[in-house]
Amino acid sequence: MNAYWQCFSGIVLREWLRFVLQRTRFLSALVRPLLWLLVFAAGFRAALGIAIIAPYDTYIPYEVYIVPGLACMILLFNGMQGSLSMVYDREMGSMRVLLTSPLPRTFLLCSKLLATSLISLLQVYAFLGIAWVYGVQPPVMGLLMALPALLLVALMLSALGLLLSNAIRQLENFAGVMNFVIFPLFFLSSALYPLWKMRDSSEWLYWLCALNPFSHAVELVRFALYERFNPLALAVCVGLTLVFALLAVLTFNPQHAALRKST
Amino acid sequence: MNALEVSDLSFSYGAREALRQVSFSLAPGRFAALLGPNGAGKSTLIALLTRLYDVQRGDIRVGGCSLRDAARPALKQLGVVFQQSTLDLDLSVEQNLRYHAALHGMSRRQTGLRVDAELARQALTERRRERVRELNGGHRRRVEIARALLHEPRLLLLDEASVGLDPASRLALNQHIRSLCREQHLSVLWTTHLLDEVHASDDLLILHQGRLVASGQADVLSLEHGGDLGSAFARLTTPGVTG
Repeated sequence: MNAYWQCFSGIVLREWLRFVLQRTRFLSALVRPLLWLLVFAAGFRAALGIAIIAPYDTYIPYEVYIVPGLACMILLFNGMQGSLSMVYDREMGSMRVLLTSPLPRTFLLCSKLLATSLISLLQVYAFLGIAWVYGVQPPVMGLLMALPALLLVALMLSALGLLLSNAIRQLENFAGVMNFVIFPLFFLSSALYPLWKMRDSSEWLYWLCALNPFSHAVELVRFALYERFNPLALAVCVGLTLVFALLAVLTFNPQHAALRKST
Repeated sequence: MNALEVSDLSFSYGAREALRQVSFSLAPGRFAALLGPNGAGKSTLIALLTRLYDVQRGDIRVGGCSLRDAARPALKQLGVVFQQSTLDLDLSVEQNLRYHAALHGMSRRQTGLRVDAELARQALTERRRERVRELNGGHRRRVEIARALLHEPRLLLLDEASVGLDPASRLALNQHIRSLCREQHLSVLWTTHLLDEVHASDDLLILHQGRLVASGQADVLSLEHGGDLGSAFARLTTPGVTG
């Protein structure tokens, strides 16, 4: 048991050191949501009035509405990027080192997913900190309650990223992932607009958004941030995390990648 | 007990066969050179030996433990230096070593002792806090060797470890590994395509088109197949000739 703990803490420590040492990576991950919050949301503030919807108790400005979605956007980008680089990129070298560990491969992969998810949370809280200064101030208790929700979402998206990169050859470059995974997941969700607004425009678009796992991720975090519990979102996120992680571990096999490259 | 035993190992990428019925063994304290032209199947063999790929047919035993059935004790006895550097460039020498120790589940105390010992052996103690990025190619290789030996393996696998080094560093690395072999009774499998890295008394394995076309002591094989190592290698790996 101790060997497992030593291994897991070593993997987390390495991710932490890389995070601390690569400040530009950290800053660039923050720039994206901040642009949305400080520019996009400011521009759309007048256009998009937000009615009173759960979990909010009153009318809210648009900036308040999109903060949970932007927090999840950080996790979405990190999850996809991290998992792809884990399998194909320059990190292939470090992946080989990881796999020479005598501990089971399933444990190593899950540790790696959890470690990168924990580091992603630091970026999310840095973003929430800046949003706080900007004026988006959820209750302090809500910031604490959002922690497990954010961790669950981070795990779900990292596992999804790993699963996709195992399964689909075309996703080897990040542009493909942006177009076919990140953008559809993000825009067809409740991150930027409440779903009832979407329903006003198009019934089938509404259903696409309502079925999108990312919508459930965003709502789980949104409710937690305002000290509310969303059981449906929790159930969907827990279930999908387990399914994605299980499939990702089962389909992870570098020789499949080699086979695809050789054909 | 042999440090490494490969028996009847075959591997295919779909319809393309990369290794066919490869068998050899490596005794404790021996230095074995694995030679083969590009595409001979060396990389596939290394990927199988390091568990990157799963064994399809045949078996690999490290220190008597099968990689297929007892991967954990087998990998505990295996140290690896990969062809391309696998160090974290932004981390210090010591941080890289500690990460590896953690992957092997070593305790904090044991890690401290082993890191000190291996750094001293590689004459890197003074540089333990330097970032790997600041080291030259030869020093980086030494860090990787220190790392590979941290968990005290019985078998050290070096995949084209001298690639990218200048001639002096290449020679020094080769001599250093041989001294480990003698002093630590470590078994070494050294893959290369450079004939001058092979000594007469080494075990020699020649891989060609996925098959092991020759194995035995280098000087004996040389005599059997042409007089010197260069001509023996050329004869054994001429296209179409598979031994």
